[in-house]
Amino acid sequence: MRIMSKKVFGNVFSYAILIIIGVIMCYPLIWMFFASFKTNSEIFAGVRLLPQSFSFEAFRYGWRGVGGNTYSKFFTNSFLLVAPTTILTVITSALVAYGFARFEFRGKKILFTILLGTLMLPNAILIIPRYTIFRDLNVIDSYYPFYLMAAFACYPFFTYMLVQFIRGLPRDLDEAAYIDGCGSFGILVRILLPLLKPALFSAGLFQFLWTYNDYFNSLIYISSIKKYTVSLALRMTMDSEATTAWNSIMAMSCLVVLPVVILFFFCQKYFVEGIATTGLKG
Amino acid sequence: MKGNSFSKRNRIAYLYILPWLIGIVVFSVYPFFISFYYSLCDYNPLSEHVFIGFGNYVKLFTKDPEFYKSLKATLLYTVYTVPCKLLMSLAIALMLNKARKGIGVLRTVYYLPSLFGGSIAVAVLWKIMFIDNGMVNGWLNFFGIPNVSFLGDPKMALPTLSLLEVWQFGSSMVMFLAALKQVPNSLYESAKMDGANSIRRFFTITIPGISPIIFFCIIMQTLNAIQNFTSAFVVTKGGPLQSTYMLGVKLYNDGFKLLKMGYASATSWIIFSIVTLFTVLLFTSSKYWVFYNDEK
Repeated sequence: MRIMSKKVFGNVFSYAILIIIGVIMCYPLIWMFFASFKTNSEIFAGVRLLPQSFSFEAFRYGWRGVGGNTYSKFFTNSFLLVAPTTILTVITSALVAYGFARFEFRGKKILFTILLGTLMLPNAILIIPRYTIFRDLNVIDSYYPFYLMAAFACYPFFTYMLVQFIRGLPRDLDEAAYIDGCGSFGILVRILLPLLKPALFSAGLFQFLWTYNDYFNSLIYISSIKKYTVSLALRMTMDSEATTAWNSIMAMSCLVVLPVVILFFFCQKYFVEGIATTGLKG
Repeated sequence: MKGNSFSKRNRIAYLYILPWLIGIVVFSVYPFFISFYYSLCDYNPLSEHVFIGFGNYVKLFTKDPEFYKSLKATLLYTVYTVPCKLLMSLAIALMLNKARKGIGVLRTVYYLPSLFGGSIAVAVLWKIMFIDNGMVNGWLNFFGIPNVSFLGDPKMALPTLSLLEVWQFGSSMVMFLAALKQVPNSLYESAKMDGANSIRRFFTITIPGISPIIFFCIIMQTLNAIQNFTSAFVVTKGGPLQSTYMLGVKLYNDGFKLLKMGYASATSWIIFSIVTLFTVLLFTSSKYWVFYNDEK
């Protein structure tokens, strides 16, 4: 009996800790949500979480954006940057991963080592030369730097992730299809890709998320306001307001994180599996 | 090896990896080497570059007090965030692993902040929360604690930014959770039979069992911490008194604001050297503490 009650106590105790930490962790996000309905002075008054009255004024005011560009423009821009980048990343990563996972060719070992090496190559060291290259290609202040890097598989994480997934699929499948007269591209498209759907989806999700959240690269490659993504716009809103309307900034921050949260709740399984598998096989 | 025609179609592989081959040469290998060349040059993107040997490095180490502040801020940030994030994610993962009910909800709650990564929105949120009359000080006052100048005090600014990083421990936690489930139960059973207590079991079974993931997390988190940019740039702008002026921020200001790209490239090579040194140390040490059970 004593052992039993000790166990029960231990369980209750760890649940209590888990819940308390969980509440503290979520509090900033919940606070941000409610702060966007508050008046500016209310935000800085005391510890009350709920607004005195729900007002959409902050959203209306914030949505006007900066310099004549509303947030509809900035969200459209973000979409125009993120969607092609994500799609290109998934397509090229899958092709390259197939090449690495299913064929033996001269130089494969060294090339794969280079691939792994670039996983750990800091972006800091590449950013200035890449900027110079894109400047020489005349594509600064457009989304082409992002598209080009996606099209040429410059996100080694996803290639590596898909190589691991493809290696997990039995080779007999390929051979059987080959015997049935399927070419190598046919094997990829008809046999492997259907089986890889969850992995491709995970890769797409993460690339979407990372590109959407990215600030540093956008800051460097994009300069004119009418091409600003939501990240750049948010920072500018914060800096441009002389008497800063914090409630509007909170409201816009809420809208900026909203797509990510929605995506997460609809695709939670893929997120968790994506992290778990890549981590485990890392 | 299979000798049939199936394995003879291998040359086509080059076609599949072609995009990557071009990409790696144009956007990674070439930039890598040219970046070192730039670091030896006086390179302003608006004019020609002039070779000046190790001048930029000499200047960094001997004539630029900013550099030492940056280095200190970067290393401190790494020292604060990596162990805290690791311990936090491991502790929560262990507790969640034991819990039976409600784990899905709790896991979601813990994972949620890490979704926003380097997002500007959470940086903005942090700024508003920790501002002098902000929400966090509101709560401190509520409990009778006087105001803390989180973002104005050079001693507090870096820990406040570190907190933002540690807050996002969710993705490593998910990795740990998955790894913990892989540790075979039979090992625990037989250790119990041999009379090993729970602390002993933790250090002799659990920790070795998940050591590859610990290793992976330390490497990835250190890489990210050393290159941190967004929070320092947005929340504190490198201040107060340059206490959060991390190398990433310095690189951006030197290279893209002052257009001293040669000088900034030298900074980037310092970042690269730190990362490399650290990675080599970790890989060397891994022989002693990382255990791979299955050879694939």
